[in-house]
Amino acid sequence: MKLSLQRTRKTRADGADSGDYGLLRLLREGLFGHQGWTPAWHKATPRAHYRVIVVGGGGQGLATAHALATEHGITDVAVLEKGPIGLGNVGRNTTIIRSNYFQPDNIRFYEYSLKRWEQLERTLNFNAMVSQRGTLNLFHTEAQRDLFTRRANSMRLLGVDAEALDRKEVKELVPLVDLDHGRFPVLGGFLQPRGGTVRHDAVAWGYARAASRAGVDIVEHCDVRRVVAERGRVTGVETSRGFIGADIVCLAVAGHSSTLAGTVGLRLPLESHVLQAFVSESIKPVLDVVVTYGAGHFYISQSDKGGLVFGGPIDGYNTYGQRGTLPVAEEVAAAGLTMLPGLSRVRVLRQWGGVMDMSMDGSPIISRTPLDGLILNGGWCYGGFKAIPAGGIATAHLIATGEPHEIARHYDLDRFADGRTIDERGTGPYPWAH
Amino acid sequence: MTGPTRIGTGFFDQSATPVHFRFDGQTYLGRDGDTLASALLANGVQVVGRSFKFHRRRGIYTAGPEEPSALVTVIGPYGREPNRPATTLVLYDGLVAESQNRWPSLRVDLLAVFGRLSRFLPAGFYYKTFMWPAAAWERVYEPLIRRAAGLGRHQAATNAHKIPAATAQVHTDVLVIGAGPAGLSAALSLSAAGLRVILADQDEHLGGGTTLDPDWHPWRAAMLERLSADPLVRLWPRTTVIGAYGHGVFGALQTTRRRAGPAGDIVPETLQIIRAASTVLATGCVERLIALPGNDLPGVMLAGAALRYLVGHGVAPGHRTVIFTNNDDAYATAVESRRRGSAIEAIVDVREYSPAADRARGAGLTVYAGAKIEAILGERAVRAVRVRDREGQRFTLPVDCVLLSGGQTPATALATQLSADLRWNSAIAAFTPDLSPMIGQVAGAAHGVCGLSAAVEDGQSAAQQIAQTLGLRPIVISDFPTAPADAPRADLEPCWEIAGPGKAFVDLQHDVTTADIRLARREGYEHVEHMKRYTTHGMATDQGRIGGLVGHAVLATARGIDIAAVGQPRARPFLESVPLAALAGGETGEHFKPKRRLPLHDWHTAHGASFVNAGLWLRPLVYSHDTGWDAVMDEARHVRREAGITDVSSLGKIEVAGSDAAAFLDFVYANRLSTLAMGRCRYGLMLREDGIVFDDGTVARLGKDHFLLTTTTANAAAVLEHLEFHRQTIYPHWDVTLTDVGDHWAQFAVAGPLSRTVLTEVIEGVDLANDAFPFMAAAGARIAGVPGRLFRISFSGELAYEVAVPARYAREVWSRILETGAPLGLKPYGLDALNTLRIEKGHITSAELNGQTSARDLGLERLGKTDGDHIGATLARRPALQGAGRLELVGVRPVDSEQRLRNGTHLIDPDAPTTSLGYVTSCTPATEQVGWVGLALLNDGRIRIGQRLLAVSPLHHESHAVEIVSPHHLDPENRRVRA
Amino acid sequence: MLRIPCPHCGVRDETEFRYRGDATLTRPAADAGDTAFTRYVYERNNPKGWHAEWWLHVAGCRAVLRVVRHTVTHGIHSVTLPHEPADIPVELR
Repeated sequence: MKLSLQRTRKTRADGADSGDYGLLRLLREGLFGHQGWTPAWHKATPRAHYRVIVVGGGGQGLATAHALATEHGITDVAVLEKGPIGLGNVGRNTTIIRSNYFQPDNIRFYEYSLKRWEQLERTLNFNAMVSQRGTLNLFHTEAQRDLFTRRANSMRLLGVDAEALDRKEVKELVPLVDLDHGRFPVLGGFLQPRGGTVRHDAVAWGYARAASRAGVDIVEHCDVRRVVAERGRVTGVETSRGFIGADIVCLAVAGHSSTLAGTVGLRLPLESHVLQAFVSESIKPVLDVVVTYGAGHFYISQSDKGGLVFGGPIDGYNTYGQRGTLPVAEEVAAAGLTMLPGLSRVRVLRQWGGVMDMSMDGSPIISRTPLDGLILNGGWCYGGFKAIPAGGIATAHLIATGEPHEIARHYDLDRFADGRTIDERGTGPYPWAH
Repeated sequence: MTGPTRIGTGFFDQSATPVHFRFDGQTYLGRDGDTLASALLANGVQVVGRSFKFHRRRGIYTAGPEEPSALVTVIGPYGREPNRPATTLVLYDGLVAESQNRWPSLRVDLLAVFGRLSRFLPAGFYYKTFMWPAAAWERVYEPLIRRAAGLGRHQAATNAHKIPAATAQVHTDVLVIGAGPAGLSAALSLSAAGLRVILADQDEHLGGGTTLDPDWHPWRAAMLERLSADPLVRLWPRTTVIGAYGHGVFGALQTTRRRAGPAGDIVPETLQIIRAASTVLATGCVERLIALPGNDLPGVMLAGAALRYLVGHGVAPGHRTVIFTNNDDAYATAVESRRRGSAIEAIVDVREYSPAADRARGAGLTVYAGAKIEAILGERAVRAVRVRDREGQRFTLPVDCVLLSGGQTPATALATQLSADLRWNSAIAAFTPDLSPMIGQVAGAAHGVCGLSAAVEDGQSAAQQIAQTLGLRPIVISDFPTAPADAPRADLEPCWEIAGPGKAFVDLQHDVTTADIRLARREGYEHVEHMKRYTTHGMATDQGRIGGLVGHAVLATARGIDIAAVGQPRARPFLESVPLAALAGGETGEHFKPKRRLPLHDWHTAHGASFVNAGLWLRPLVYSHDTGWDAVMDEARHVRREAGITDVSSLGKIEVAGSDAAAFLDFVYANRLSTLAMGRCRYGLMLREDGIVFDDGTVARLGKDHFLLTTTTANAAAVLEHLEFHRQTIYPHWDVTLTDVGDHWAQFAVAGPLSRTVLTEVIEGVDLANDAFPFMAAAGARIAGVPGRLFRISFSGELAYEVAVPARYAREVWSRILETGAPLGLKPYGLDALNTLRIEKGHITSAELNGQTSARDLGLERLGKTDGDHIGATLARRPALQGAGRLELVGVRPVDSEQRLRNGTHLIDPDAPTTSLGYVTSCTPATEQVGWVGLALLNDGRIRIGQRLLAVSPLHHESHAVEIVSPHHLDPENRRVRA
Repeated sequence: MLRIPCPHCGVRDETEFRYRGDATLTRPAADAGDTAFTRYVYERNNPKGWHAEWWLHVAGCRAVLRVVRHTVTHGIHSVTLPHEPADIPVELR
């Protein structure tokens, strides 16, 4: 407790923002030309040693550091980020949150996350615009209906919201949907009313600010080149700013987990693949829910700014280049217009890609590793963004207590060797096909 | 500004043919060759839109796709298309456009209140408020924000799914992007080297900067004449290259010139997918603004844009105009303007000296050197400017038009997508790209070359470099059209911002000011990517092309670092926004995926079948259009009692041949197939290497080294791929060939107690007696006179056969069997009845083969080999796949036979109601018993046989007791199939 | 978009091929045990750089190709058939 008080004072002396955000402060600052705002998070210079180093200033890393400080009182923590925080997948995704999984282990974890999203503004004192507008999955065959029924019942048994919609109800909820002219007509939909979207950049900034206020060092432009170990135990990391010692090192660098783990000889059950996303020009509201097409890879929502944000499948081969490709753009647009032909004249502004850890079973990894003191938070596949609050809490729990959090016990690394894989869709150990 | 400003004939609208159009409900007259922007300017329309955030009045700022302000909604046969830049919208008779983002009207916009409140709405204000109460976000704040944001209102045409779209695949040697002086000369040179060239330009009029200088018109005409006649060259105007994707692949959006009237079959644009061995990026440059107070008022325009309106359209942007510049290029506008009789009050140049200023003074123009405009004044439009001269004297100049020129920024987006590094070029105060010569060349203004003549030479030199890289001889052209010489030039002096009270905009569309950028920096969003995301600078439809770099310079100054060190955000595709329709092409709607039709599709249709999508296949579900169970059960019961025939042609069929074929099958199947006798079939189970079941089917041995295997319909392609992959990578030296014969053979199952009687009538060459042709026998046979294959296999659980004939004989054979069989009791049955029959028998399909089940889970472990190697052998033996807690295949029956089952229902113990023990995978009304039967995957299911559990579907508010039984609801002893 | 030079069919778009992952893995002997198969099935080097990988030309000759491709630049160093020796860039040898 004493330690944390000292840190708070130090943070203020460092000039990071110390006041709460709110309407009154905004009005007051407005009268004085906004000169009183200070950095949202303190740009720390790394110290020689930390109790915990979290590698990766993305959503998972920042949320982990935040939870270490706020839930476990561990503030001797640094988040080391190669560039500026929040520009990896947390700033590149399609911003969807939901907990509509089939495997009970996944439902529990993502539902825990969704509940934390619902509290996010108050937890962080930062408006990340959590918008529970509902996520709708369409289905096109009876076999799909059966799978969704199975999934929705799985959710309902665990107390999670899920509703079945018939064609008429789908049309009422999303008038743009074309029920009939597609190659696979729409037979109905499944809705999770509490699903929705979040302003993605704000999640990174909000967690960084809150973690910094709680005493965590956010160190940007500090490239971790390798993990350093002695006699089978982690001792720190070698960075572009020299060696930094640590009792525990946590990798939260999804997309690049293999590369860093490889520096201590670990081969992970991961491949890096690119997932693309797209945004259209801003238009007045036409789509109030998140919709996922069932006969092709396509999911879409409309941001508060008016842009339609949508995505599709991964490119399907190992990639570390954050780029978009043409075949996926064509496929995604074709699926999108088959579902929502009325958008055919809407213009797409940008396409981009994010590099993801695709795991061998399509589920994440929050786990100890064979190297003592090295913790892995990775393998997020498509699900890293919506998992941020839960992933941070579960990872911090593992770091602080040495024991897995009950919501993430099953996401250990040993499950692959043991045969306890959590393969939501039964795709098998083919990461490019998940 | 008041009154029309057309002062003559422009280069682009020489015909002067009148064209009528409507804007905001009023009819105007323009000319053929006008853009909407030039026509509005010519008509004296100054305010054409409102900005995104503060709803400020905005006019026309540019003359190209970089336009941030003059965005309109076009209303036509495609519905309401918002956000179209008036500056690129080629006018056609009957064009209807509206201003946008204003309510109720452009003149009176109530949301302009945001502008009044702007001091409380700085960049990122929304992250700091609207947090209380929590529920108010979705209910109150968000709907308000959503309604206020969003620019134009989109509305689809009623027949949106019918609007045509096209994709074209093209190949060329060199793609030259940009048809300015560099691009034109590169294209001609490359063609002289014998290379095929595509010359693409976003503009309707090829020529780039040469179109705007009358001295260059003869050169341009000569070049275009040569290139048009050149069979190696394709000239593509109105074609914007939207992205560079590596390996020589580019996407380009080629638009069709829009006309009035119904859309009809006109394809609005084509996505050209270009594959080129090399490329010339002659993409030119974009003029940038100067950030100063009032720089967004209607009446402010970029100087280069004004030149285009003058020369191209004979339109003066104002009546009393002042130019504010830091470079030579803006002088051309002044000189041209004066030549055409439009008043230029003065040129204010931040530099002390340039030869261009001397020439302007010589032409009688007023130049204030070493001076600056401190502020642009006016409420609703430009009224005056406040000038500070070299001596520090301030004076006000009444004007109605301000032309800004902050220098030229090379268009580097494509180069950076091709991994070019950007280097700061201080002569032009902008980044220029270093492109690997293996990929192509950058030419002309795109890499900082100033002057049209210099660009011509640069284009030639780029062509030479490409010829050299491709290993060709140096290019020699003796009769290259002679270009006019460039006038002497002085460098620009960087001038990003004139600080002062009042809003100075860097992003006009998103209302980002220099103060916002400094605020972002103050709050720690100091990296260029953070600043961009926090302020939304450069994220609007214009992608920040005219103000992006200016904002970065303001950030650099605030941070006290060099602008070169601030860097640039990554320029991602697309360079110009692309309609979804163009990306999607023709493969949407019912053409989204292919339809695979069975050889007998037409027969099934003619006989009243309802079809179901099974993957890409259309399979007959039931020979009825009733949706209930009655028709299905009639078909299924008929098979159980008499005989039925069903079309199973969609099954995957692969022939495996060669001296190592038997060994190969032993490797890819979990059970042994090398011991299969000739003329026999065996059930085969394939695992993935992780020990989970991949697919099942039958294997028939047709000869010593010749096997035929079937796969499930769903996995046909995946199994072939799986087999090819393992054959070629694990055992590349084995003598095995795989032939996909799936489409070669039509296959029908004839099932039921009377099936032998029926088939005996149509089969020649095989004795069907039980001893002669027992269960799991296979043979060649003549079937209804056609040579084919006969298998005694059964999915239905009845005495059954499958006959296979070459697909072209499908209808003939099927019809003959039915004709012969009908009097004996044979009827066709569909997929639903087939499913009913197999569920009762406990046979599995994709509902149970779901990629999560092991052989043991499905009760099939006894089939597996215990010795030797096969795919999945080792990992299938792991304890977690063998031990307690697995979901195992069982049967379920409602305790109360009045209750029905439902797929996706979960099984629970009433004492632990939140724990799912498993779920129902398949179910059906029973054919011979009362009530429903089903299959389920149940936790430790086999030891639960005999137990009662609850089947619950909370989704449907259903819950009833079920009994766990053997999955083999019918004939567990297999008497019927062996009958 | 990748353009892959198929030794049988010439340079073709990536959309004609199906990816099949890491080509440096060798399937263990039948009796190698769980650990060896776990490594083979699940563990990957996943290099940021040159990667030897299998591509099956499903819409062409159906040959499996060993493509050595850079996972950042997407440059293709070599394309060989499974029975041919792998052609790995000098810096990896």
